Amino acid sequence: MIENRPGLNLLAHATLILGVCIVALPVWVAFVASTHGPTDFMSGTIPMWPGPHLVENYSQMLGAGVSTSGTPPVGTMMFNSLIMALSIAIGKIAISILSAFAVVYFRFPFRGLAFWCIFVTLMLPVEVRIVPTFQVVADLGLLNSYAGLSIPLIASATATFLFRQVFLTIPDELTEAARIDGAGPMKFFRDILLPLSRTNIAALFVILFIYGWNQYLWPLLITTSSDYYTIVAGIKRMADAVDGLPQWHLVMATAMLAMLPPVAVVVGMQRLFVKGLVETEK
Amino acid sequence: MASITLDNLGKVYPGGTRAVGGVNIDIADGEFIVLVGPSGCGKSTLLRMVAGLESISEGEVRIGDRVVNKIEPADRDIAMVFQNYALYPHMSVRQNLAYGLKNRKTPKADIEKRVAQASEILQIGPFLDRKPAALSGGQRQRVAMGRAIVREPAAFLFDEPLSNLDAKLRVAMRLEIKELQKRLRTTSLYVTHDQLEAMTLADRLVVLNGGQVEQIGTPLDVYRKPASAFVASFIGSPAMNLISASAVPHLPGTAHAGQIGIRPEDLTVTPDGPIAMNVLAVEELGAQRLVHGQTGGERITITLPSDAPLSDSMNLSYRPDALHLFDKDNGKRMD
Repeated sequence: MIENRPGLNLLAHATLILGVCIVALPVWVAFVASTHGPTDFMSGTIPMWPGPHLVENYSQMLGAGVSTSGTPPVGTMMFNSLIMALSIAIGKIAISILSAFAVVYFRFPFRGLAFWCIFVTLMLPVEVRIVPTFQVVADLGLLNSYAGLSIPLIASATATFLFRQVFLTIPDELTEAARIDGAGPMKFFRDILLPLSRTNIAALFVILFIYGWNQYLWPLLITTSSDYYTIVAGIKRMADAVDGLPQWHLVMATAMLAMLPPVAVVVGMQRLFVKGLVETEK
Repeated sequence: MASITLDNLGKVYPGGTRAVGGVNIDIADGEFIVLVGPSGCGKSTLLRMVAGLESISEGEVRIGDRVVNKIEPADRDIAMVFQNYALYPHMSVRQNLAYGLKNRKTPKADIEKRVAQASEILQIGPFLDRKPAALSGGQRQRVAMGRAIVREPAAFLFDEPLSNLDAKLRVAMRLEIKELQKRLRTTSLYVTHDQLEAMTLADRLVVLNGGQVEQIGTPLDVYRKPASAFVASFIGSPAMNLISASAVPHLPGTAHAGQIGIRPEDLTVTPDGPIAMNVLAVEELGAQRLVHGQTGGERITITLPSDAPLSDSMNLSYRPDALHLFDKDNGKRMD
């Protein structure tokens, strides 16, 4: 739309700024809370401006953690979350790009069936199959392990579809040229397909990393040892202090810290992310 | 370099549709063969069978003395130039040229030498480090040809390589391809639907129709002695006039023919000519003009010099040997 009316511009900006404020307000409140002392939030009035305890709160969370809630220091939980999010993102991308490659480029028997089997898993997210999945993971002895945290979440129909669509936009002639140039299937995959889907991989990585980082139910269920607590599940545990008041200032400090890695990933990969989602020309 | 032999080659798709049938072509070493025909005539299928991109359901393809029916495209010692160039978009021109050689484990120094040679022949030296997206259509076409040249294959296969270029560039590139082929003496098989391209490039033409070979011959042979009414109408521009014999029963020697063909340039205007034509429209081409008219209910076109006088009706005559007669039933040439 090409309109050049100052009134419209003003309205558009006002709407966007309002939207940003609505989204940012809870984040701001959390940040403010993380800079106050333990009693400030119990007084009945919520402060709207940062307090003096910022360094103190954050260093306590990064160093010792909250002993009363039985959670390890934030650093350990962040590390666990990072391992889980990276395993899920990388694992999902690796598996789905290979299955899309198989479905698009190979004529094997029961190709249609294989495709439909992948399709059906769309209807089975973790929440639906959580009890049987728990059973399987427990039987395999994977409770309280990184493998148990990530493997059940790796299979992904959505990512397979995305890569399938990407591969379908790559002209047949390119495949044929590569065949004539003597590139076997895996060489073609590595030399042509991977570089051509680079931006899509990046976009998917951003989405999947955040998906993995934000996993809550599954880690809560299968981790009983505090060594494997992830940060999102850890925040919940902190807020559930059994004998005493929840220490909101520390919970909020943890929440702020938990937000940083996804933000870093989004900001760092923003250009590739947008390119991967909007680019259509191959 | 090698000869290519297509022996009774046929393609039947799984559904039972026959795309190509009973094609026999012997291509000599170093020869430039053009496959020409309307869209859907099977010319691309034929080329792709030679390339190995399409499986062969009947007959044999031999490159040199080797039957290549079951051999992978990469091992057939051919190089192909595609209509949309099919350059690898994420590689520089240099990498595009070198990719096939690298896959064949050619020594590095050798690759560099061949890339340098090819880029000099095609004058793409300045673009070697650019990506294909930064090149114009003509430059991309050159790179695509370069990719074929560096391989030093037994044969080049061209699949309508000029169709994506604008008219002016197409004429220039046509000439370049011709000169290049003359210089490298590499056996070439070229597919086009453009009869002018076919005429100018070919050592020999193969005219295809409905998956069958209609005629094989040098461009001039095909032009002068078209083997069927289809070839007559397809080769030559403006197209040959094809009149049903019953529309002009008074012409001598045409009694048994189904159709009479006569090229527009073989008709001259004479006051007492045997064919009377009502002029319907005139197209000015600059050097000459095309006059479209009607005789006995049949459309007819003649070419005249641009200064020739025009009138609403003209009488036309022709040399007796300029007349082509085609059979009533199968459209074949009668001689």
